[in-house]
Amino acid sequence: MRFVSEFRNPELGRALAHQIRELADPGHHYKVMEVCGGHTHSIYKYGLEDLLPDNVELVHGPGCPVCVIPMGRVDDALDIARRPEVIFTCFGDMMRVPGSDATLLHAKAEGADVRMVYSPLDALRLARENPDRQVVFFAVGFETTAPSTALTMIRARAEGITNFSVFCNHVTIVPPLRALMESPDLRLDGFLGPGHVSTVVGARPFGFLPADYKKPVVISGFEPTDVMQSVCMLLTQLAEGRCEVENQYTRVVPWEGNPNAMRVLAEVFALRPHFEWRGLGFISQSGLAIRDDYADQDAEQRFTVPGVRVADPKACQCGEVLKGVIKPYECKVFGSACTPETPIGTCMVSSEGACAAYYNFGRFNREKQLVS
Amino acid sequence: MCLAIPGQVVEITAADDGLALVDIAGVRRSTNVSLVDGPGQGVQPGDWVLVHVGFAMSVIDEHEAAATLRLLQDMGEEFELEMAEIRDSVDA
Ligand code: SF4
Repeated sequence: MRFVSEFRNPELGRALAHQIRELADPGHHYKVMEVCGGHTHSIYKYGLEDLLPDNVELVHGPGCPVCVIPMGRVDDALDIARRPEVIFTCFGDMMRVPGSDATLLHAKAEGADVRMVYSPLDALRLARENPDRQVVFFAVGFETTAPSTALTMIRARAEGITNFSVFCNHVTIVPPLRALMESPDLRLDGFLGPGHVSTVVGARPFGFLPADYKKPVVISGFEPTDVMQSVCMLLTQLAEGRCEVENQYTRVVPWEGNPNAMRVLAEVFALRPHFEWRGLGFISQSGLAIRDDYADQDAEQRFTVPGVRVADPKACQCGEVLKGVIKPYECKVFGSACTPETPIGTCMVSSEGACAAYYNFGRFNREKQLVS
Repeated sequence: MCLAIPGQVVEITAADDGLALVDIAGVRRSTNVSLVDGPGQGVQPGDWVLVHVGFAMSVIDEHEAAATLRLLQDMGEEFELEMAEIRDSVDA
């Protein structure tokens, strides 16, 4: 248990590991999905899997916003970015996500004006400073990030900035979880709910998991102790025959979420009838579109994009990774053809992606295990 | 981009626009605080907030801020990258 020493409170870490052992029914193999990539990261970084008994397995969920962007949307982004009048802006991670013939980084090297921004507000500033150019922001992310885009668009309108638009790829967390529950591939015992998404949407939207599918949920913080405590709370629910949404991360997540954020989301965005997720296919009402009222800032209306659906590369098993059906190292190209430097699939791009997290930390633990 | 980094409000720079100067792990950046604003709950200089892509997502206490910062610093390279992005965004 060498990793326990890295906990903020090693005593507590050890006590939780012990409690989990006590709670777990030895005759049952537990599968707990951590929805959020931030949790995946903590789990690998701190070797939490080694602290859990063999019959308590953590599987990774679809909560990495970079990972779920389908190739066709990257192609659309490239199409916009290559126009001479455009300054195309995106978060750093998106620069390396493969489209069918290039990444945004390649496009930039070939002369497209692609710029990395930290915040949509910085994209808006570029629009303010370059009135003769079209500034487009590549918006990705779950409910955590979408309010930032919405507020930036509201701001653009208030300032009368007309050369700013958004290529909107925001997604919502509930529909893919529902899709997972409907898929026969996977048998889960419960969920660790996403910490940051829940600061916006609150705990209530996860109520369908216990209500419709009899699966308990514990919204969890990101420290190793948080994750261990959440697993403990989940096993306690199962042991006591309870099934509900609990909030371990009350320090940050209010039960009701953030009403200001929900208000701006509703003002600017509406649900798309369908949105494609990389590896998961089309999921209904899972993506956000820009409302008609803000159509003047919708890059998909300002520029015609190809909008072609592109199949994931043959070798890529990101879909199975995102559904928790396989572990990253079970993908045939993991660590050989697909690495963070030359990603084939999206899960290898963002540090929150299960494959990248596993590549950076987990493989050492596993190699250790295999050797010993 | 997925990180939420604790920052301390230095001053409210444009109350009407919901903008504040926030010290994020030593980098001072203009941050939109309107999501954590509202009747009787607006942030004040000295308050700690979790900042995600230039927006304050929630108000946290000092203890939580310190713990989260420690967790992020532990991450090493990715945290450094994100901080570099924030620094660049300020210098730009
Ligand atoms: S190793 Fe690469 S291709 Fe395979 S699932 Fe992971 S990201 Fe996708």
